[in-house]
Amino acid sequence: MKKNKIFEDIVHGIFLILGLITVGCVVLITIYLIISGLPAIKEIGLINFLFGKQWASTAAEPKFGILPFILTSIYGTSGAIVIGVPIGFFTAVYLSKVANKKVRNIMETSVNLLAGIPSVVYGLVGMLILVPAIRKIFKVPDGASLLAAIIVLAIMILPNIIKVSITSLDAVPKEYEDASYALGASSTETFFRVSVPAAKSGIAAAVVLGVGRAIGEAMAVMMVAGNVANMPSLFQSVRFLTTAVSSEMAYSSPGSLQRNALFSIALVLYIFIMLINATLNFFLKRDKEK
Amino acid sequence: MKKIIRLLTVMLLLLSVLAGCTNKPEEKGSVATDGSTSMSKVIGALGEAFELETGITVTYNATGSGAGISAVLEGRCDIGLASRNLKQEEIDKGLVGTVLAYDGIAIIVHPDNPINDLDLETIGKIYTGEITNWSEIGGEDATIVVIGREAGSGTRDGFEDITKTKDKCVYRQELTSTGDVITTVASNSAAIGYASVASVKDTVKAVTVGGVAPTEENIKNGSYVVQRPFVLVTKKDTKLSDSAQKFFDYMISEKARKIISDTGVVPAN
Repeated sequence: MKKNKIFEDIVHGIFLILGLITVGCVVLITIYLIISGLPAIKEIGLINFLFGKQWASTAAEPKFGILPFILTSIYGTSGAIVIGVPIGFFTAVYLSKVANKKVRNIMETSVNLLAGIPSVVYGLVGMLILVPAIRKIFKVPDGASLLAAIIVLAIMILPNIIKVSITSLDAVPKEYEDASYALGASSTETFFRVSVPAAKSGIAAAVVLGVGRAIGEAMAVMMVAGNVANMPSLFQSVRFLTTAVSSEMAYSSPGSLQRNALFSIALVLYIFIMLINATLNFFLKRDKEK
Repeated sequence: MKKIIRLLTVMLLLLSVLAGCTNKPEEKGSVATDGSTSMSKVIGALGEAFELETGITVTYNATGSGAGISAVLEGRCDIGLASRNLKQEEIDKGLVGTVLAYDGIAIIVHPDNPINDLDLETIGKIYTGEITNWSEIGGEDATIVVIGREAGSGTRDGFEDITKTKDKCVYRQELTSTGDVITTVASNSAAIGYASVASVKDTVKAVTVGGVAPTEENIKNGSYVVQRPFVLVTKKDTKLSDSAQKFFDYMISEKARKIISDTGVVPAN
């Protein structure tokens, strides 16, 4: 009996430690980001840092304004949402409600495959095909631009949106739809008046998840956006919050204001993503309470 | 209460087991280098030859000049690699730089571009945005697409230093690797970029600068002006480990010259 108890305790202990590792990582990263992100903000000044329009980190008179990055990240993510959400949403409705089993199987497999493609591959394809295509189609000198980044991001967030939307659409009780049919509604009416409103919060969660993925993506964006710290404009070369950190981190000397400012950018990005997560939790919680 | 105490004891025991893993044994017979991505070829070749001769392994971490310098400073590696001269603040921290070789920076354009020669001043004007169309310098009527590297890159630092365009360059794209620059220039007929001579491939055309081609001989005798040093970074007050000292001596020895020049850069010693 006693032996058994000790064994149980050991197992509990192991699980507790494993659980604490995750919590510990989050706490550690948060504390580390705050500690290493604050000094530069203090030195530059919060207003100058967040609303400064110029970034020249290695210049003789360095300027650390990250407004171009913030706006680029917001525009880029919104653009990806505007393109990606309608496509993803209608795909999900089709796959969940209309498509027969065979079609759904094939399409779901390809969606899963799309989700599994590494972001560097998206970047590479974007760089070799999309960027030259934009140059030719729009007759601009160079195709590496906000538009290229938006298109790549829109494709990258599709799997997230489709998968989460399908799950929530599948979860709509069949009785709701049957009742709608019984009242004489057509199938299109049923999907958009009954199924979609019933799956509303799940779809909203899918969109928020897409926003989270788009705003946090660095590699693919770095390869197609051009990475110059311009104020965002559709055909201009732009730099995102993520790429601002990753492109300069390797060469910045430690302890310098440049390195610290990169940590501050990471902190700003972290806060953005925390806000997105909070929104996601809000939707999911509301879903549960219903 | 008893249960909690027992649980804590078990956890502590488990943790102590985990903690044991972090005590790494003192490594012998290996040299850690860390730094400039541009130096990967040269260090790779030197490391391989050195290992064959002495049995001491050389590890190389391609992190970038800044990261390599900080790795030496923090004692995370034996020898740091930088593709630029040390800054005064870095020398003040007790670091010493030894020039290993010189790397020429090639100015590259699309192979279809009719321009074959540019002088240093024109290159500077293109990069600062004074010249914006190829027709202004005898090329086709097309907006020049200026490609460069990210801030802090050794190549960019070297290039802007040599062309005296520091902080004034107007880039269309800032890419994070030599390979990306070459790929981008190869895919855009109006583009101009810069990259290590050693990594330039047939997909792009390296123009002559002031009539001088970026060949090894021209870099060595100084007539090709767009070039920068490859620097070995060590700590002034800390003695290198025996194996690291051996590797260091090997790299600046007569024997290493051929290996260095075989990788497309010009040995300094």
